[in-house]
Amino acid sequence: MPNLANPTLFLAVARRLLPWLWALTVALFAIGLAMSFNAPPDYQQGETVKIMYLHVPAAWLSTFIYGVMTLAALGTLVWRHPLADAAQKAAAPLGAGFTFICLVTGSLWGKPMWGTYWVWDARLTSVLVLFIIYLGLIALWRSIEEPARAARAVAILTLVGAVDLPIIKFSVDWWNTLHQPASVFRIGGPTIAPSLLWPLLVMALAFTVLFLTLHVMAIRNEILRRRLARLTMIAAAQGDVVALSTP
Amino acid sequence: MTGIPHLGFIVAAYAVAVVVILGMIAAVWWDYRDLLARLARLESERRGPRR
Repeated sequence: MPNLANPTLFLAVARRLLPWLWALTVALFAIGLAMSFNAPPDYQQGETVKIMYLHVPAAWLSTFIYGVMTLAALGTLVWRHPLADAAQKAAAPLGAGFTFICLVTGSLWGKPMWGTYWVWDARLTSVLVLFIIYLGLIALWRSIEEPARAARAVAILTLVGAVDLPIIKFSVDWWNTLHQPASVFRIGGPTIAPSLLWPLLVMALAFTVLFLTLHVMAIRNEILRRRLARLTMIAAAQGDVVALSTP
Repeated sequence: MTGIPHLGFIVAAYAVAVVVILGMIAAVWWDYRDLLARLARLESERRGPRR
């Protein structure tokens, strides 16, 4: 296994990997969307079940990405992995984006099915808290100028925020909520009919590969940003006239 | 228009997802192009004639 902690090697691997990841992403979305639009309507939800093919994968990614960030936070604080903070910084906006999709598509499903866009029940509120945590982490990165201090502060806040993950997962079991309990990842197997389950699983895979692709690209950007900062400091020390603060 | 119930909600959900996903792709891509351009400019300024 190559040492991907080496940023130069990471850039080389990313350059080779990204075209394949993009091809896989496009293929999975094409298959997933075709399966979704050809799936039968649900006996209760009717065609509104099509929103689930977006909402469930986005909900899965909202917690998965935070899990990735939690591991990266441990990598920063415990193992001091050189790319851990870059991975964490790169994941936060993507996590916020997918959580936003989860919240909006959930609301757009809730209005025709529940009769309301929003209720302050445990599942919805805990996911909203996750979205706010993502925004807080992004703001914290931007508010601390020194990168190493910012990485440590964000890593600590990420670990604190990880307490929201089990709350999201078990909120439907611990409290009486309007949101339905788990129907895919549960002991005893999925409760969804295969004709609806397979499109959902393919879309979940498509969303996951899309995240991996964007994450590799965003980590590459962070490596280039560090290289730019380092070269700018060297140029400034040598007395070169550079104006790199603006694009 | 078709007689699918709640079609507006379905279309709105897909539209939001497409806009957010394309926005994330564009943001990461433009950031990459911007960083490459700034690195290239820095390299050219370092190699250029000095006064």
